[in-house]
Amino acid sequence: MRLNYPSNVKIINVPCTGRVDILHLLKAVEDGADGVYVAGCLEGDCHYLTGNLKAKKRVNYVKKVLEGIGMEPERVEMYNMSAAEGARFAEIAREFTQRIQELGPSPVRSGAKAA
Amino acid sequence: MKAGSKLEKVFAAGHFAVTGELGPPRGADAHHIHEKAEYLKGMVESVNVTDNQTAVVRMASMAVCRLLLDMGIEPNLQMVCRDRNRLAIQADLLGASALGIKNVLCLSGDHQKFGDHPQAKNVFDIDSIQLIAVLKKMRDEGKLINDHECEGIPQYFIGAAVNPFADPFEFRVTRLKKKIDAGVDFIQTQCIYNMEKFHTYMQQAYDQGLTEKCYVMAGITPLKSVGMARYMQKFVPGLDVPEEYIERLKGVDKKKQGDEGIKIAIEQIQEMKETKGIAGVHVMAIEWEERVEEIVSGAGLLPRPEVS
Amino acid sequence: MVVAEQKPIEEILVMVADFNKVLLTGCKGCVTVCCSGGQKEVGILASALKIARKKEGREIEIDEITLERQCDPEYVDQLEEPIASNKYDAVLSMACSVGPQYIAKRYEDILVYPCLNTTFIGGALEHGVWAEFCQACGSCGIHNFGALCPIARCAKSLMNGPCGGSAGGKCEISPETDCVWHLIYERMSRLGQLDKMGNVVMFKDWTSSRDGGPRKMVREDLKQ
Repeated sequence: MRLNYPSNVKIINVPCTGRVDILHLLKAVEDGADGVYVAGCLEGDCHYLTGNLKAKKRVNYVKKVLEGIGMEPERVEMYNMSAAEGARFAEIAREFTQRIQELGPSPVRSGAKAA
Repeated sequence: MKAGSKLEKVFAAGHFAVTGELGPPRGADAHHIHEKAEYLKGMVESVNVTDNQTAVVRMASMAVCRLLLDMGIEPNLQMVCRDRNRLAIQADLLGASALGIKNVLCLSGDHQKFGDHPQAKNVFDIDSIQLIAVLKKMRDEGKLINDHECEGIPQYFIGAAVNPFADPFEFRVTRLKKKIDAGVDFIQTQCIYNMEKFHTYMQQAYDQGLTEKCYVMAGITPLKSVGMARYMQKFVPGLDVPEEYIERLKGVDKKKQGDEGIKIAIEQIQEMKETKGIAGVHVMAIEWEERVEEIVSGAGLLPRPEVS
Repeated sequence: MVVAEQKPIEEILVMVADFNKVLLTGCKGCVTVCCSGGQKEVGILASALKIARKKEGREIEIDEITLERQCDPEYVDQLEEPIASNKYDAVLSMACSVGPQYIAKRYEDILVYPCLNTTFIGGALEHGVWAEFCQACGSCGIHNFGALCPIARCAKSLMNGPCGGSAGGKCEISPETDCVWHLIYERMSRLGQLDKMGNVVMFKDWTSSRDGGPRKMVREDLKQ
């Protein structure tokens, strides 16, 4: 389909979003990612039944942790899409990139620079 | 005679007894108490003085009881288990007796969660039924919980409260029986609106012979307005105010709703007078002491009998 | 098990505000089972603290270690090497409050902070939900109450309930809280023991409870 999506999005493959752990998301933020999102299957369409629902809860947990330390919870997000929706995938990549650009660089990196 | 209080004597003489209620102030103003109590004088045998009611700090019940005695009004000391352990309870009871207080009402106490100090640590060393047993032991055996003999045996007319409308309904009469087994002399019920359910409860108590073993006083609280009725219906556990009463209040001009509420209370008392096993009424006119005379007189209960 | 929950991260951040290097210790006992202080939670808290401090531009170094149990001296001994060979400003414990006390007793010269609030002795109702079942009164009598504990589970610890605040099987303090006395009634009824509920239960002896002072248990046959 040769669809374009922003080159700043780095994809990490997992067999199912149910494999994504709270710690994976936090480590990405800790290491300086400006934003992290989980792209799961549509709700109700999980091959393993509830993997994407578990991922959603974990994303919400991380949002709370970020809020607790005074960081924008919008830097982590859960999206759902079908594997057949290439256009939708590219659209979300653009949408999330724009959101992060509006939020600006992660304070984890700017804080480190300030020190 | 257990304690020879006026309330006990009125019961013993076979009269239909009337008690009132007074909530101490949230401050040190004794003047306010005199004002409220004056309305109750001559209207009732004795007046309940609440003990940190709804877990809100108020002037000590025992102190207010003494103020009432000075005014020539007999008090019923309410005592809750929430705020004192068995040491404080027994000490307070001995002190109350020395001050001339004869009627004591044993209560568990509302949980502090709803009060003005929700951060407080509660006690509940003993419960309300055990509190009845403490009073009985002190009075009848002259002993404290630890079997230590009292120097000077206190005399109490022991009271307790029941809520016939709490769940499980089938257990409520058994719980009344437990209070009697523990040694209660008189009972005041939670305010009653659902007369049908109350009659079912009383019939069971009567059939089991429980009303022969203690004096049961029906709790009456006049409804001031539709708003108050709705509040009671919604927020007081087990208190179902029948729609019929609410309709009656709605049916009159807003300014007349209070009058209608008093009319309902009078009708209820008249019905209670005809109910088997009911020995009196406990009129709880919350912040409405000035209307007590109207209620008691309307129910044909004035003047109050003289006993000696 | 002992159930505990993590303190708000804001509170922990204040505790470590002046530190540059800390040892964060977990426990593989009860707090692992109730998902509040095991290896995984240690990793999550360490990461969250590091993110927060990076954001402020003053990084914090956090070493992680999760012990078999923090309530046994032999496992707490395992902290000796890391504490001796690192200049930690403090040790943070993600055990129930027994853990940090054991660490403080064993390592007298280092600051120790609790990262959990120890909440109760209880069990899981479902995955992710725990409730209180025992108050450690030291003289169990639940067999008299249909094997349900009125001391831990009645808001007023009544011995002769249910009180007048019981409505629809719920406690007056919250519609979320079961009235344990309602449950006792139902169970005694099922067991044909309702007559037992008609007997007045007299005063509880609290000497075996916390009221008798801090408690100790000795097994002479095991003692060395």
